[in-house]
Amino acid sequence: MPDAIAQPHIRIRPAQGWARLQLGELWEFRDVLVMLALRDIKLRYKQTALGIVWVLLQPLLAGVIFAIVFGHFARLPSGGRPYLLFVFAGLLGWNLFAGVLQRAGNSLVNESRLITKVYFPRLLIPCASAAAALVDFAVSLGLMLVLMTWFGVWPGAEIWLLPVVMLLTLALAVGVSLWVSALNVRYRDFMYALPFFIQAWMYASPVVYGLELIPARWRGWFGLNPMAGLLEGFRQALLGGSALSWPLLGLAAAFAGVMLVSGAFFFRRVEREFADNL
Amino acid sequence: MSNIAIRVDHLGKRYRLRHEASRPPYRTLREDLLDLPQRAWRAWRSAHRATTEEFWALRDVSFEVKTGEVLGIIGRNGAGKSTLLKILSRIVDPTTGVADIFGRVGSLLEVGTGFHPELTGRENIFLSGALLGMRRAEVRRRFDEIVAFAEVEKFIDTPCKHYSSGMFLRLGFAVAAHLDAEILVVDEVLAVGDAQFQKKCLSKMEAVTNLQGRTVLFVSHNLAAIKQLCSRALYLQEGKLVAQGPTEEVMQRYSAGLGGSQTELVRQLAPETACGIESVRINGVWTADQSGFAYGHPMQIEIGVHAVRPLRTLQVAVRVSSVEGVPVFTTSNFDHLRQSTGLGAGRHRFRVSVPPLLAAGRYTLVVALCDPQRETFDVVQDRVGFSIDGVGSLLMDLNDGRRGCVEWSLPWEHQTLP
Repeated sequence: MPDAIAQPHIRIRPAQGWARLQLGELWEFRDVLVMLALRDIKLRYKQTALGIVWVLLQPLLAGVIFAIVFGHFARLPSGGRPYLLFVFAGLLGWNLFAGVLQRAGNSLVNESRLITKVYFPRLLIPCASAAAALVDFAVSLGLMLVLMTWFGVWPGAEIWLLPVVMLLTLALAVGVSLWVSALNVRYRDFMYALPFFIQAWMYASPVVYGLELIPARWRGWFGLNPMAGLLEGFRQALLGGSALSWPLLGLAAAFAGVMLVSGAFFFRRVEREFADNL
Repeated sequence: MSNIAIRVDHLGKRYRLRHEASRPPYRTLREDLLDLPQRAWRAWRSAHRATTEEFWALRDVSFEVKTGEVLGIIGRNGAGKSTLLKILSRIVDPTTGVADIFGRVGSLLEVGTGFHPELTGRENIFLSGALLGMRRAEVRRRFDEIVAFAEVEKFIDTPCKHYSSGMFLRLGFAVAAHLDAEILVVDEVLAVGDAQFQKKCLSKMEAVTNLQGRTVLFVSHNLAAIKQLCSRALYLQEGKLVAQGPTEEVMQRYSAGLGGSQTELVRQLAPETACGIESVRINGVWTADQSGFAYGHPMQIEIGVHAVRPLRTLQVAVRVSSVEGVPVFTTSNFDHLRQSTGLGAGRHRFRVSVPPLLAAGRYTLVVALCDPQRETFDVVQDRVGFSIDGVGSLLMDLNDGRRGCVEWSLPWEHQTLP
């Protein structure tokens, strides 16, 4: 027996109150995150004729449709920038948020088989879904750069903002997803409500329209939506233009932080019941 | 060395059962909101009365496992074996009690944890390995061993959906068998797969436990496997620990409790039962001391059935198994007719005669009522059985160590060839 090696000691007991986050354990199981994310990516477009092309086609078609409906017919203002670029920058940020929420929100219910058969920190399941959604984001970003080259638009100095807003959007999306996915285990209503919720949130956020479309006296209220600041941030970073609204971005950052931390704690608290409820 | 690997202290798991029939395990927000005033009212009216029925899947179980020990867990279906393993694997939380585990736990509660049919064998090995707690470098190091054990070298880059079921199972087991955990928790993996697979797993399990000095908790219905692998055993019954000790002793307690001596069962059916087994009776020729049936006589198995409404079809099936869990034969009322027959409402009696082909030993019965295409109405498992006394049997008379559940004096021919 290699008894010189300190053996891990695990104590199993009934759950009491709030659990610790145990980030060390998450790190220990990091391979699970990688493998689950890889699986999601590999499986995504199996058995499709176009395969990886879908990753390009989906955001492109959505952008073109929005450009036709809202830019061409509705003639929404785009602050002097080509409307397609304008809406695509918004969609880039929005799809990151919605993609994570959609995938991660249902992730626990989809992985019920795993949850009832093997132990690993359940937090990794929604996180892996989020990681898989990042691939879509990367592809869309590449597409955005191609479109910008096409239109001859070059990002200015504000491009440093891009990783910031991206990380904040990701944090916000994961935070909301942690709440939604955990509640989904107990209340399957969330599974059905989520698509409508995402759609409603999209129209309440400046994706197809700009913040300047909102009357000045409402703008403060509007800014309470954390996605408002973040989407404006995406546009700012890629297309430049009007001055950045620091209060909006600060508010979004605070909101994202609160959602992420509270979501993680809530998740840790209820994860011990998952296997009983699935 | 008296190192303790697992210490379990008054462990219990309670589930709450709602009374509505076929209630899903999850709830909807609406139900909870609608329930709220009602629950508040009930709580206010009587703080003591429970609104839901409580069910203890495991109750007050305490035991210790030493490092390097192989512990078998036996008991009927629903005795709490799987619940115990799930708690020790940290999949579900206990309601009461504490368990201390010293060492890394690898749990093998199904064959092929996390396997996805669309992924290739290689991809599945890495995925499953990670889920079971292996680092990627570890999987890479043992990759060739795993593939060799599973005998899938040629198909390692083929999606697993194209695998035969045997290959799939072998690969799933191979990943788990190469876990480097100090403590291995294994649930009924031998129940799947063909005899060859079972044999292979069993010898692998033996190698794992003997050579590497690992602690293993092993659940199986295959008592022969438990006997072969485990030095000590626990016997669970309705969530409680009724016996622990050397495997032989515990198994004797278990087979005594298995209805090996009870040849008759009469049940009170719940009024909502559409079709149920009212009684099972085994008639045979008793030995003088009433200890069992005498060898060499036919037996009758009689099943009382009650149907509330007429049925399109009803199959009555009986499976006779040795007490070690090996099925000896299965027979049903369709065997002769080769087709289904309807059944009127009311009480019925089915009877089957069994020729004297069983060797001395203890046997248990599973009786099932079903509509083969649709549903199972009722099952009585391991509640009745019988033992056959060996006096007068070839097995006993010749005492030449022959084995098997069936004994038949067969006519032999012999020719001396020129």
